[in-house]
Amino acid sequence: MSDLGELSRTAGKPRSLAGDAWLDLRTRKVFWIAAVLVVVVLVMAIWPSLFTSADPRDCLLARKNAGPTGGAIFGFDFQGCDVYAKTVFGARDSILVAVSATLISGVIGLLVGLAAGYFGGWLDALLSRFIDVMLGIPFLLAAIVLAQRLSSDPQSNGVLAVTVTLGVLGWTTAARVMRSAVLTSKNQDYVAAARMLGAGPGRLMFRHILPNSISPFIVVLTVLLGINIAGEATLSYLGVGLKGDAVSWGIAIAEAGPFVRTAAGPLVWPSVFLAATVLAFIMLGDAVRDAFDPKLR
Amino acid sequence: MSDVVLETRGLVKHFGAVRAVDGVDLQLRRGETLGVVGESGCGKSTLAKLLVGLEKPTGGEIRVRGDDLSRLRGGGLRRARRNIQMVMQDPYTSLNSRMTVGDIIGEPYDIHRDAVPHTGRQRAVQELLDLVGLNPDHLNRYPHQFSGGQRQRIGIARALALRPEIIVCDEPVSALDVSIQAQVINLLEGLQRQLGLSYIFIAHDLSVVRHISDRVAVMYLGKIVETGNHMAIYDQPTHPYTQALLSAVPVPDPRLRGRRDHIMLTGDVPSPASPPSGCRFRTRCWKAQPGCAEHEPTLEIRERSPHPSACHYAEVRDVMRRF
Repeated sequence: MSDLGELSRTAGKPRSLAGDAWLDLRTRKVFWIAAVLVVVVLVMAIWPSLFTSADPRDCLLARKNAGPTGGAIFGFDFQGCDVYAKTVFGARDSILVAVSATLISGVIGLLVGLAAGYFGGWLDALLSRFIDVMLGIPFLLAAIVLAQRLSSDPQSNGVLAVTVTLGVLGWTTAARVMRSAVLTSKNQDYVAAARMLGAGPGRLMFRHILPNSISPFIVVLTVLLGINIAGEATLSYLGVGLKGDAVSWGIAIAEAGPFVRTAAGPLVWPSVFLAATVLAFIMLGDAVRDAFDPKLR
Repeated sequence: MSDVVLETRGLVKHFGAVRAVDGVDLQLRRGETLGVVGESGCGKSTLAKLLVGLEKPTGGEIRVRGDDLSRLRGGGLRRARRNIQMVMQDPYTSLNSRMTVGDIIGEPYDIHRDAVPHTGRQRAVQELLDLVGLNPDHLNRYPHQFSGGQRQRIGIARALALRPEIIVCDEPVSALDVSIQAQVINLLEGLQRQLGLSYIFIAHDLSVVRHISDRVAVMYLGKIVETGNHMAIYDQPTHPYTQALLSAVPVPDPRLRGRRDHIMLTGDVPSPASPPSGCRFRTRCWKAQPGCAEHEPTLEIRERSPHPSACHYAEVRDVMRRF
């Protein structure tokens, strides 16, 4: 494997920043642990039936708080539902909400950061102060108020409300990182060269500045993904997140909380999955950022 | 005079209080190379940016073939700008590392759709690569796969893409190895003969400027202090600053060392935010008289200076016959 890498390097193959980052990443244990965890969780979210044949909504009060049997390796909760199946199926909504919210934050953060960094002047001052104000608002308070307003419809399961809440509140760091990366790359010689040729703002921004300032931004988004998984669980636990027939780690933790003294399993297992997933995304983001940072090389 | 392709009159650029370029008049004729020399911070690079439109002048005119660029707008300005392009100093930062060489050199054609028909873009790019001595098949490679000299050739190809008449070279070889500098200089000279280009060649390396220039302008603190054809400037400098500058050039022949008269300047370059009154060089000049603080010398032919020199006491002094 490494011989092949050496060979392609000496043969004059393209050695891009991403290529160098990959050479660096594949020697790191943290990256591999995080990557394996992330892949497992993603597969779990997309095809939960690969992991269990049980139905998380198939609950029998007769099995209330029963211990592990056969397929139900984590036992049953106070309603007699299969804890393992609930945990596996819970990955889907948790990941769906987190990924969608991260995408919303990403789009807002990208546009705000790019506009503030590129145009500068009063627009930058306005957007930067607005970000400062956003950062000053207590996240949990704002999220509870916003999520409750958005999910006033009792029929909805709250997925949209939580997604929008997390997405709208979470873009500030990404925008700041984007802005500073744009500030650095917009003064580069190749941007001046393109400007000299007569390139307009659109070409300068999207062809020259954006491709050269996107990597720190993407890293921030992977960390944000982890934060959003935790955020969804928090809101669901507080009762303003997912509800109804939705199955998620946050709901499972909230439901199991009052019964922790009689049965700890239903609380512990979703918590373990949640913590491992959040940690995996944050570790992945960290490792990728280190690999892409030329100053650390 | 009809063969003047570029002319500036009273060109001024102030950054707040800093007078980076403070009244520069120069003329560039077709097919000629005008060397601009001066130490760091004298305004050379700002002058280059003004000429290619990366900075807006505070005052004065830039005329390309008689059209004043500051009066032109929209399409007229874009057409005039096409005529004057720049080769940048650092070939490592002036190429976008995420674009292929073909896209970098072809970008002028994407911006100016009328320059080359869309179907002919790849061929045009390959011809340019060939013209600057690179393999035309390498258009899908990325900049980091090329050496510094090759990257500067890519920069030259990009500057040539729109078939400009004037190319501003801002220290085009100072970031390169000495062994590569000559190759790039020879390429620029060959292209000049082949395409009839006019160059403004900005550098602090006096021997490079001597080699390539037909005429030389010496800058000090935002102004041109002496100008003339390169024989006149190098063999018969009349401005004390030019004489000091030339005497500092290292001599390769050890037998000649110590035989030349070295002129050691005292003091630092004054701040361009508050230049000295009268003659700007008087604070470091060994010829300075009280009158120099009051009367600013104009750049003109004088009794003892056969070419324009901005010194009241200009006279020929041979500082480097053997260089």
